[in-house]
Amino acid sequence: MPRRTMIEAIRDAMDVSMERDDKVVVFGEDVGFFGGVFRCTQGLQAKYGKSRCFDAPISESGIVGSAIGMAAYGLKPCVEIQFADYMYPAYDQLTQEAARLRYRSNGDFTCPIVVRMPTGGGIFGGQTHSQSPEALFTHVSGLKTVVPSNPHDAKGLLIAAIEDPDPVIFLEPKRLYNGPFDGHHDRPVTPWSKHELGEVADGHYTVPLGKAAIRRAGAAVTVLAYGTMVYVAQAAAAETGIDAEIIDLRTLLPLDLDTIVASVEKTGRCVIVHEATLTSGFGAELSALVQENCFYHLEAPVARVAGWDTPYPHAQEWDYFPGPARVGRALIETLEA
Amino acid sequence: MADAGMLRFHVPEPEVRPGGTPDFSNVPIPKAGSVPRPEIDVDPRSIRDMAFSIIRVLNRNGEAVGPWAGLLSSDELLEGLRHMMTLRTFDARMQMAQRQGKTSFYMQHLGEEAVSCAFRKALAPGDMNFPTYRQAGLLIADGYPMVTMMNQIYSNEADPLKGRQLPIMYSSKEHGFFSISGNLATQYIQAVGWAMASAISNDSRIAAAWIGDGSTAESDFHSALVFASTYKAPVILNVVNNQWAISTFQGIARGGSGTFAARGLGFGIPSLRVDGNDYLAVHAVAKWAATRARSNLGPTLVEYVTYRAGAHSSSDDPSAYRPKTESDAWPLGDPVVRLKNHLIKLGVWSDERHAQAEAEILDTVIAAQKEAESHGTLHAGGKPSTREMFEGVFAEMPPHLRRQRQQAGV
Repeated sequence: MPRRTMIEAIRDAMDVSMERDDKVVVFGEDVGFFGGVFRCTQGLQAKYGKSRCFDAPISESGIVGSAIGMAAYGLKPCVEIQFADYMYPAYDQLTQEAARLRYRSNGDFTCPIVVRMPTGGGIFGGQTHSQSPEALFTHVSGLKTVVPSNPHDAKGLLIAAIEDPDPVIFLEPKRLYNGPFDGHHDRPVTPWSKHELGEVADGHYTVPLGKAAIRRAGAAVTVLAYGTMVYVAQAAAAETGIDAEIIDLRTLLPLDLDTIVASVEKTGRCVIVHEATLTSGFGAELSALVQENCFYHLEAPVARVAGWDTPYPHAQEWDYFPGPARVGRALIETLEA
Repeated sequence: MADAGMLRFHVPEPEVRPGGTPDFSNVPIPKAGSVPRPEIDVDPRSIRDMAFSIIRVLNRNGEAVGPWAGLLSSDELLEGLRHMMTLRTFDARMQMAQRQGKTSFYMQHLGEEAVSCAFRKALAPGDMNFPTYRQAGLLIADGYPMVTMMNQIYSNEADPLKGRQLPIMYSSKEHGFFSISGNLATQYIQAVGWAMASAISNDSRIAAAWIGDGSTAESDFHSALVFASTYKAPVILNVVNNQWAISTFQGIARGGSGTFAARGLGFGIPSLRVDGNDYLAVHAVAKWAATRARSNLGPTLVEYVTYRAGAHSSSDDPSAYRPKTESDAWPLGDPVVRLKNHLIKLGVWSDERHAQAEAEILDTVIAAQKEAESHGTLHAGGKPSTREMFEGVFAEMPPHLRRQRQQAGV
């Protein structure tokens, strides 16, 4: 099976979708001729023409707002916000319009759009190239929120998102674009070509939205993670020798609660890991759900390892980023609790 | 360089406040028929002055004059008069229903009836409007059932939106009326996107965007003009300048730009200004812009100069911020009276027939109201099921919503 980077897998997902359905259009800043600042749309304009893949003015609300109008017409726009940090001008359109259109019109109009956004830190991106704003989407009824962690999932989830009848926020951890990253910034990074999840089948396949994946089966503690933190958690488990069960949530909303509950009922312990800031982050929702659904199976408090409640700094990158050492400490403390 | 002294902060003010004498003498009103009618493929740069004038057809004597006249037959004008009178009567009844507690909220169109009623007749089936909350004339003039509008206002068991939306936030794809949102200006860029989609699909349908004077200050107004200009989208960008954004006079949103139409010029968009109380002028300009869009010549911005004669909404009292009689002083008059006088001048209408039509329309609206009220009002009679509250958030209900619906006991 061919191996692809996450960038190539994402591009392949759009290529496959555009090939199968001429209603799929792709646009955003630098997305057309240039092929995107991360190369995710490279070659699509040459292959499908400027009516299907084109450059947009630097206006996030314009990009999302026009995509909503296109979706109301009957197209299936898959648009890009260059960095998740720059989605805020589009927040009104995403939360009040895209998310509510089906509901408020009783299905008279719908909004099958996908909004791709590179997300997450670990790249010395500073305050506005590192944010993880997923909690600002999971709090909005009517939006689906997806965070892939590997090329295989990225392609299958993106095709599923494009085919989904509702608006999907598709957050791509840019730290994982070229290879998995476990938080050990002092070691060389291996490319996706050396990783089994870099195997990406040609042609059409989907990974269903709303289904988590167990990345490491274990009995001692359940780790709930997504995006880059899946590899950090794997490293932490290996380095502490703790038999952790690591769940890659893949879709944050709708959430695969059954997989989470089954695992915590088995292990009796739960550590939640995300890059986003702690307070009112998605981890709080996960913690509440675990506590509500698994209270009588819990043998320790549910722990959260997250970004500190500060803006994302530059020089202090590795003091901020929740690396394997911090996650490892949380695993040990949860087992000893 | 001389010392310029302290800086002073500038905040525009309307010329008259409550207690003052209304005065529109500073509003230049060009003579009817005086503004030329350019070819639809005109170079936008050559008609820049049209963004600072006002296209008018009906003169003081009720005659249709000039190059924008002559598009509509007297039968079409009689139909237009009926649409405007129907909207006005509908408004009055629904405003009263709100006062009677039959619904929570209402917004009237008083004085602005020509804008949406005449515009609708310039579009073709399949075109899509992206309206604000003050263009219900688009529905009335397209034959959307008044009973259905009232059902929505009453949030009753027959409400097509299942009680989920605030009154008057209608939606009808079938009638080319996009779902209304409470968030101002969002629909303006969506209209441009719809028009882009029509062009991408090599369709022949066009879109119409709607916004008020106050909401042009929102960033989505700007993004819509950029996108419409960049992609030459087949869209008509309508700005209804009724002088007021709740209590805020139009000068706060307009600033030093002179007119709202002038905003289009910086984007290279042909921009016209039209007498919004002149049914014939509104229709003629809309037709011009629609033909341009359909001919692949791109967007047109149209500013309708009108006056919000009623309160902003059923929750507003305009006497707190403007003279009570200001609407009487408005130099462009009343759209219904002006079209009525024109039809009398044409010899196809009379004061007697007008009075008779008013009575008939009132009967029709009351009959519709009775039928709607048989399905319930906000606090009495039939209402949408609580189950409906959980439906339609997504195409398929996800597990967490199913759990919440069970918790709600429905």
